[in-house]
Amino acid sequence: MTSTFIHRRRLLGAGAALAATAVAGCASTASGPSIGRVVVVGGGYGGATAARYLKLWGGNVEVTLVERNTEFVSCPISNLVLGGYKQMAEITKSYGGLRAVGVKVRNGEVTAIDAAAKKLRLADGSELPYDRLVLSPGIDFMTDSIGGLAPALNSGRVLHAWKAGPQTVALNRQIEGMSDTGVFALFIPRAPYRCPPGPYERACVVASYLKANKPRAKLLVLDANPEITSKKGLFETAFKSYGTLLEYRANAELKELSGNVAKLEFEDVRAEVLNVIPPQRAGDLARRAGLLNMNDRWVGVNWLTMEATAAPGIHVLGDATFSAPGMPKSGHMANQHAKVAAAAIIQLLKGDPVNATPMVMNTCYSFVSGTDAMHVASVHQYDAVDKTFKTVPGSGGVSAASSLIEGRYALSWAQNIWADSLAL
Amino acid sequence: MSYGAFPSALSLALMLGAGLAQAQDANLGRNLAATCANCHGTNGHARGDMQPLAGVSAERLTALLAGYKSGAQTGTIMQQIAKGYTDEQIRLIAAHFAAQPARN
Repeated sequence: MTSTFIHRRRLLGAGAALAATAVAGCASTASGPSIGRVVVVGGGYGGATAARYLKLWGGNVEVTLVERNTEFVSCPISNLVLGGYKQMAEITKSYGGLRAVGVKVRNGEVTAIDAAAKKLRLADGSELPYDRLVLSPGIDFMTDSIGGLAPALNSGRVLHAWKAGPQTVALNRQIEGMSDTGVFALFIPRAPYRCPPGPYERACVVASYLKANKPRAKLLVLDANPEITSKKGLFETAFKSYGTLLEYRANAELKELSGNVAKLEFEDVRAEVLNVIPPQRAGDLARRAGLLNMNDRWVGVNWLTMEATAAPGIHVLGDATFSAPGMPKSGHMANQHAKVAAAAIIQLLKGDPVNATPMVMNTCYSFVSGTDAMHVASVHQYDAVDKTFKTVPGSGGVSAASSLIEGRYALSWAQNIWADSLAL
Repeated sequence: MSYGAFPSALSLALMLGAGLAQAQDANLGRNLAATCANCHGTNGHARGDMQPLAGVSAERLTALLAGYKSGAQTGTIMQQIAKGYTDEQIRLIAAHFAAQPARN
């Protein structure tokens, strides 16, 4: 599919003026001349980490991070906010750490990418030239397949809370405002979606809140998948611990929303709170740039450099990518993608060969209550023959059981990955 | 025929090969160690309940990871993660963390 978003021609005829600005802009605060300009779009786990590691490893690389929000809000740990176990302030972090290590953080929205001229246009009309572009666009929702979903989400009556921020606050209010005998229905889309264990963690945390505060309420977990897609046995155990309060149904795909009624294939479900996690694709930025060459949904990448296969020179990170086998869409993995990209970009700017044997790994902790958690971990080695990451045989796995100590590790994981990604 | 010339030619080739591999992979230890940073902090400067790795001797780290890998050392998660790395990768990771200052 061709896109009008990437303009193959120049946005302006002012090439000479831009070149002059670019040369002036090359003066670097680090010692020695700049080895290049990298613009990173999207300040989530992928983009923030890329910006941070480009500075950490590249020294005099000029790095600009463009992000539409003024603060970073973490999706991991946000389910605890829904249950009242954590506050928004605890999952909201500043971009000040990145600024302090020399990243230029621009609060703004990208409106056009001129790949031929290597520059971006922002909503305020300004332009950003680059030598290498990194996009970490996250996910956006595919609402067309579910009747009534788009207007319900737009009105704010139905929440997804699958991007942490105002939606998280609003869903917490809906949960706390539920009547004592109310029904909370959680809808899980077919895989792949962002954070495989996330919906099941949400079910547990909301159940934990209801058990303590509204024990006569009911939580319906309606899963479009044929079974729990992550940590199945562990979540089944956790679900059982909530007794009749929590009811899980597989193959329960949402077809239509009408008021407080959700229509599935064979039944209608009425609930006081409808929390719909919609089906997902790569973020709009990647779509408008014409990078979705995998099922018209995800961005295929060259795993050695993280460049989009549809547009070499544009590196794409995180949930937006078409995952390698066994590779989850997670903040942890986006952080790891970013390090592969940062290392490769520095080599490419220097004209040196990129790492031919990159490794990435993943850890996802999930809470099953306000305090106890469990993990799934995996290690992935690049395979030169099949040109993709593959899980290392015999490695990885899940917790023997959820525990208090892993709950503490989960919070420490968050503290460390926030510091690592945001240079806190 | 000169028997002695063969080993020296071979060792020269090996040296060249090793030299090239080293030049290409100068950042391999750094890159591998960065896969640990999500939990153990940037360059091993951990926070919270996580084990700091910066400044830990290479011998100690290698022994710890080998223990997790073999199952001799028990843990909640590291026994699963250590099995994902070769002994050579563990050696490179340990050398990288050992070279970091213990405090940030």
